[in-house]
Amino acid sequence: MGLHTKTMSELAAGLGSGDFTSVEVTQALLDRIAGHDAKLNALITVTAEAALTAAAQADADRAAGNIGALNGLPIIHKDIFCTRGVKTSCGSKMLDNFVSPYDATVVERMAAAGAVVLGKANMDEFAMGSSNETSFYGPVHNPWDLECSPGGSSGGSAAAVAARFAPAATATDTGGSIRQPAALTGTLGIKPTYGRVSRYGMIAFASSLDQAGVITRSAEDAARLLGVMAGFDERDSTCLDEPVPDYVGELGNSIKGLKVGIVRQHFDEGLDADCGMKVKEAIAVIESLGATAVEVDMPNIDYSVPTYYVVAPAECSSNLSRFDGVRFGHRAENVEDLFDLYCRSRGEGFGDEVKRRIMTGTYVLSAGYYDAYYLKAQQVRHLIADDFKRAFEEVDVIAGPTTPTPAFRLGDKVDDPITMYLNDIYTIGANLGGFPALSVPCGFVNDMPVGLHLVGHHFDESALLRCAHAYEQATDWHTACPEDFK
Amino acid sequence: MSWEVVIGLEIHAQLATRSKIFSGASTAYGAEPNTQACLVDLGYPGMLPVLNKEVVHMAAMFGLAVNATVAPRSVFARKNYFYPDLPKGYQISQYELPIVEHGELFITDADGNEKRIGITRAHLEEDAGKSIHEGLDKSSGIDLNRAGTPLLEIVSEPDIRSAKEAIAYMRKIHTIVRYLGISDGNMQEGSFRCDANVSVRPTGQEEFGTRAEIKNLNSFRFVEKAINFEIERQIDLIEDGGEVVQETRLYDSDKDETRSMRSKEEANDYRYFPDPDLLPVEIAADYIESIRAELPELPDAKQQRFVDEYDVKKDDAAILTTSRPVADYFEAAAKSTEANAQTVANWVVGDLSGALNKDGLDIGDSKVSAEELAGLLTRIHDNTISGKIAKQVFEAMWAGEGSADEVIEAKGLKQITDSSAIEAVVDKVIEANPGQVAEYKAGKDKLIGFFVGQVMKETKGQANPGQVNQILKSKLSS
Repeated sequence: MGLHTKTMSELAAGLGSGDFTSVEVTQALLDRIAGHDAKLNALITVTAEAALTAAAQADADRAAGNIGALNGLPIIHKDIFCTRGVKTSCGSKMLDNFVSPYDATVVERMAAAGAVVLGKANMDEFAMGSSNETSFYGPVHNPWDLECSPGGSSGGSAAAVAARFAPAATATDTGGSIRQPAALTGTLGIKPTYGRVSRYGMIAFASSLDQAGVITRSAEDAARLLGVMAGFDERDSTCLDEPVPDYVGELGNSIKGLKVGIVRQHFDEGLDADCGMKVKEAIAVIESLGATAVEVDMPNIDYSVPTYYVVAPAECSSNLSRFDGVRFGHRAENVEDLFDLYCRSRGEGFGDEVKRRIMTGTYVLSAGYYDAYYLKAQQVRHLIADDFKRAFEEVDVIAGPTTPTPAFRLGDKVDDPITMYLNDIYTIGANLGGFPALSVPCGFVNDMPVGLHLVGHHFDESALLRCAHAYEQATDWHTACPEDFK
Repeated sequence: MSWEVVIGLEIHAQLATRSKIFSGASTAYGAEPNTQACLVDLGYPGMLPVLNKEVVHMAAMFGLAVNATVAPRSVFARKNYFYPDLPKGYQISQYELPIVEHGELFITDADGNEKRIGITRAHLEEDAGKSIHEGLDKSSGIDLNRAGTPLLEIVSEPDIRSAKEAIAYMRKIHTIVRYLGISDGNMQEGSFRCDANVSVRPTGQEEFGTRAEIKNLNSFRFVEKAINFEIERQIDLIEDGGEVVQETRLYDSDKDETRSMRSKEEANDYRYFPDPDLLPVEIAADYIESIRAELPELPDAKQQRFVDEYDVKKDDAAILTTSRPVADYFEAAAKSTEANAQTVANWVVGDLSGALNKDGLDIGDSKVSAEELAGLLTRIHDNTISGKIAKQVFEAMWAGEGSADEVIEAKGLKQITDSSAIEAVVDKVIEANPGQVAEYKAGKDKLIGFFVGQVMKETKGQANPGQVNQILKSKLSS
């Protein structure tokens, strides 16, 4: 079996027992990317040389007994994370020429633990999109069906992990951008609690919702990586100083007695019947492992999407103001004056979806509209968060579908933003309330993967990982590999 | 028609922190352009603000000093607009929930009465950078050294009724922030500047007139001139049948006039909203109390104490307390001498201030220390020298010739208090001026000054003037 088939934990074991070196693993995966990425377009930048250097260093460190938690293990970073000396585009023409002078905390911590970065993953422009079609670098293709979208915005990360380019990739999630692509590519994606992982160096889309996480092929790998990424960082004021549990150590704990909440609205119309069936089967498996399912009421959950599409654009309209052509990024040529510089640099540098959200956000924050839109949305956001809190008084996790349907075809929804936005209907609530959530593969509908969505209480990623891990022990959906990428 | 002027001031005081409000970059003034702007200040992708806790402490000190409420919870908001010297495309400020609200201070109005000026609020914000147009052909430069410098914006109620009151208020704030040590108040460097909202209304009218805001006034003199110009402009306009429009105006100190910058219609919609990158600032009650306990004595209290404790004239106490170093100097000198404290005050306000001004020195760099001045005044007090000779001694001390005693000794300036020595000189003077003596005796009392002058001349000014007078009078009348 090729090295590319191995999960991170399997690679760690092999490196530990000397079966192979990090240089061998890295080379094998770089070869694989070189051979297959033309089909997927999952990576914007491949850092082959730096990867091999880092791998050699990791092997030397190991030989010297200096073995970090991720020593020699390969990873791909979503191109939203700043990486020093490497292009950090955020999927946008605006930053096509931007080489970051510094590393994001996530990148820095993984590097310090010995990880080897293979490259930067494609993504929707500034993480705005659910299909990876808004990327300046073109859409990413789903390894399970090249004509389908892998989802977004972390479509490159998800496709790369599903196609065995790397055992894991970092990703970010503002409304479902980790979990939806994970579900659509048969991978596991976890969005931790808001404030669990530093946002320093992660290019902001909507600051109060953005959270970094990972896409992997097992709960165990996600636990391993989260343990490295998570924890207080004084450079991010919203990063909370909470102790980070031993996620890997807690994986083995039984889920007997775990209470699983089922939200009625999550199974209403809008959910593909076959997807609904797969999710119900998955919940039944979890019950068979000793958990009990109870229905929970979330009266305000239906307002998640409209609330999100006020709050997120509002923040994005302000966050993206710094891209003005003055200090970095795209600058229009032959400008007439300052106003022209702004208009044309931004007009040329941003794609349509980004412009749409900047305009929406500017509108909802404008004098006379602020109270009716932004303020109202913030109030509803609190109500939705309260729904979750109330539910978590009774249950440990909330289970449901990650997406309403399996992967859709590229081009199908790109001209219909509202339908596209509804793809995140089940995932957005967790962002609005800051709750941790993950998607774990739970079967196939028409040969395309679907995901089981689990949401946990604040700072209780462990419950999610434990539940997903137990489910993975009882099923093998997570090990399925797309035919062309075996 | 008679008009009433209504003024409100927005003062921007730069807080005296070493690093910026949301980054670790230095705030030192005068560095090469863009050498004190880190990636946070440059608004780089992925950069996040982290609040410098020192500014919260400073704002709280200010709040307590002006008898205001220090908010247990205040919120940073983004003020969105595009400008090249604003790297993020928004300024982090405070909007709906400022850190300080409902303060007040007292000034002396034109009639000499105490007048209360309300302080609506004071909020924390970051400064922008600076655009540079001079010396650049068809382009502008940006210096972001100042971007992210912490400011406390202090907003008054529209309680001010004249340019003079505006200056008195501004000076008071200036004194307070410097007493607290939270701002150096340096106006040349832009550390202390203000915007003035000015309107006029017919005397007796309830509602306010339309106001104009004059931006960025960076000296007391400009504030006064700009306000006076604006008052006259508005009154002339209305009396000529025109209307004041709400707008932002700029004061041109070269032409001594204000001119329109932008009208209300052109004003930005700043789209304020709470900054999601920063947590609300929460201040515990015991923290506020600990700051209260650390507050230094403030100018008003110090002024009163100088009057009560040292029996200094109120006006002098006011001058002595406009700056903490001056007050400290006075107090140190007064404590080190048995001379009358009012004498100390006279010297500090008079000769010392004069010497400092002449050499362009701050009191902290004075060439004569408080203790040295006290030494000099002690010698007046114990009659070693006269007040007049003291001025000569002071000049020598200022020139670095030593302590009072050393100068008196070296120059032989010790006052002659030996009655027999003075009598001898007096006898000599009487003998040498028989004509004047006769005139004096005939009733020309004024001539006493002539005789004193002659005696002092003979003694090179070193005879004790009181004794000279007494001896002369007794001899001339015998």
